[in-house]
Amino acid sequence: MTKAPTLPRVLPGFGLSLGFTLTYLSLVVLIPLAAVFIRASSLSLEAFWDAVTAPRVLASYRLSFGMALLAAAINTVFGLLLAWSLVRYRFPGKKLVDALVDLPFALPTAVAGIALTALYAGNGWLGQYLEPLGIKVAFGPLGVLVALVFIGLPFVVRTVQPVLEDLETELEEAATSLGAHRWQTFRHVILPVLQPALMTGFALAFARAVGEYGSVIFIAGNIPMVSEITPLMIISKLEQYDYAGATAIASVMLVASFLLLLAINGLQAWQARRNGRSE
Amino acid sequence: MSIQVQNIHKAFGDFIALDNLTLDFPSGELVALLGPSGCGKTTLLRVIAGLEQADSGRVLLDGDDASDTHVRERQVGFVFQHYALFRHMTVFDNVAFGLRMKPRGIRPSESEIKRKVHELLQLVQLDWLADRFPAQLSGGQRQRIALARALAVEPRVLLLDEPFGALDAKVRKELRRWLRRLHDELHITSIFVTHDQEEALEVADRVVLMNHGRVEQIGSPAEVYQQPATPFVYGFLGAANRFEGRSSAGGIAIGKATLTAEQHAQHGEVIAFVRPHELDIVRQEFGHGIPARVSRVLTLGALTRVELEGRDDVAGQHFDVELPASHPLAGSLIAGEPVRLQPRSVRVFANPETAGAA
Repeated sequence: MTKAPTLPRVLPGFGLSLGFTLTYLSLVVLIPLAAVFIRASSLSLEAFWDAVTAPRVLASYRLSFGMALLAAAINTVFGLLLAWSLVRYRFPGKKLVDALVDLPFALPTAVAGIALTALYAGNGWLGQYLEPLGIKVAFGPLGVLVALVFIGLPFVVRTVQPVLEDLETELEEAATSLGAHRWQTFRHVILPVLQPALMTGFALAFARAVGEYGSVIFIAGNIPMVSEITPLMIISKLEQYDYAGATAIASVMLVASFLLLLAINGLQAWQARRNGRSE
Repeated sequence: MSIQVQNIHKAFGDFIALDNLTLDFPSGELVALLGPSGCGKTTLLRVIAGLEQADSGRVLLDGDDASDTHVRERQVGFVFQHYALFRHMTVFDNVAFGLRMKPRGIRPSESEIKRKVHELLQLVQLDWLADRFPAQLSGGQRQRIALARALAVEPRVLLLDEPFGALDAKVRKELRRWLRRLHDELHITSIFVTHDQEEALEVADRVVLMNHGRVEQIGSPAEVYQQPATPFVYGFLGAANRFEGRSSAGGIAIGKATLTAEQHAQHGEVIAFVRPHELDIVRQEFGHGIPARVSRVLTLGALTRVELEGRDDVAGQHFDVELPASHPLAGSLIAGEPVRLQPRSVRVFANPETAGAA
């Protein structure tokens, strides 16, 4: 869009609303984030580097970001399936399933953590069958993944659902009448339309998973170098009154998350341009 | 390629969309399925395409039973009312879609696809839009692209579902003529669905009139217009004044008045139809003809339309008469004036409501 300041706008108050937006954003987001960096900058460069690259901390980055990405990817696939079923089919209990999707939003994360731990622990309902097979879910990295998949599920479903509802079945009929097979129709006609929503859902699920603490902390087991997530490292620093060290790690997380989200947004914009939706 | 449908029956719950329908579409013709909304015309088109399964009956394409053939293999080109273009693809990619989806073995090379797509875009006179996206096109252009896309796979029949329904009146007229010319060039068996009688009469070789899931009449545009087989057809094709009465020696008795009509085979209770331009206005309060009173005189370009209310026995009924603007009466009739109406040409049908037969 080009700026045309001389044109009278339909709704006045552009200056006021922009001013309010910026002030609000500053108060709620920017100032607290800036505080993190200011606090972290009280460390010398060397001490900062030591704090953020300690082996335990590095392992926690790998776990936090790796599992968050994996969980978001899993949620993207199954969230799409779930959204598809909810939009395209009618089945008994559909309303109930639809409501259940939002449960991970509403449930206190600690409750989710305890429930999942109880389920997957060696003596739990599921754990007792998985453990003899050599699959150790609770108290290990796999447990972290399970928890992150759980809390991230609604994001993809809820972003894809409205787009699917707007998708005309005529498009699929047109593709079929032109000789496309089901997979071709999905790949070339449906998926490109859903892609922006899928990526948004992925980004949201990822962001949520990176910052998740409550549900993970119970099921992870918190074994140093193996199943410690980065937020836990921050908490443990705080418990030792090492505020500067905690904020140093926090600032690394912040920058990394921001860069990743920026990359996802950039990818989305690039896709949109390629698909001619920028106009 | 010819299309035959035999004893097709289709119901949606309690609603019968197609009532044991049998129809023949000869090869190379452009046929219009015409009828009011809900008459089953779109359902019939979708059954022929294979997008909808009939409850019973068969669809024959070129004499072969295609009832169990998937849409994909039927080789029908389908054009949707709302275009159904792929928004994320350029015009070129939209048209190329059908060719690119072909199995590897029979898929043409990219250069061959390119040549073919440009040929089709030239056919629909939109070659210069190849790199645009559907959102950047007008409605008429989109529908022409949709048609080019359907033609790309060299369908054996072309099915168009209200192809001009979403367009404004002027573009619709242009596209009608264009579709007719295109059909004269390609001679592909085509069926198009419409509820616009003008469109059907102007474009089609043959018109199939449908109502309540059944065929009312099949014929050339001139036939169905001039010799409507049923009261429904008469009423649907163009404006009509309707008179209910009883067959008598001099014509049709409507109360104390008589509607002079030529020979007709009907007896008893009848319905008579007269087109607005075949009704004369006589400036007298008493005498022959149907008693009426002028309620409004409208001048519409070359035509003057006179709206009238019935008097006496036909009180409460509404009639329309069309006169050339140059007619002496056109300028002199005044609202409220009592007149008599005399038809020049009447179509008489047995009254289905009183005769009991549908």
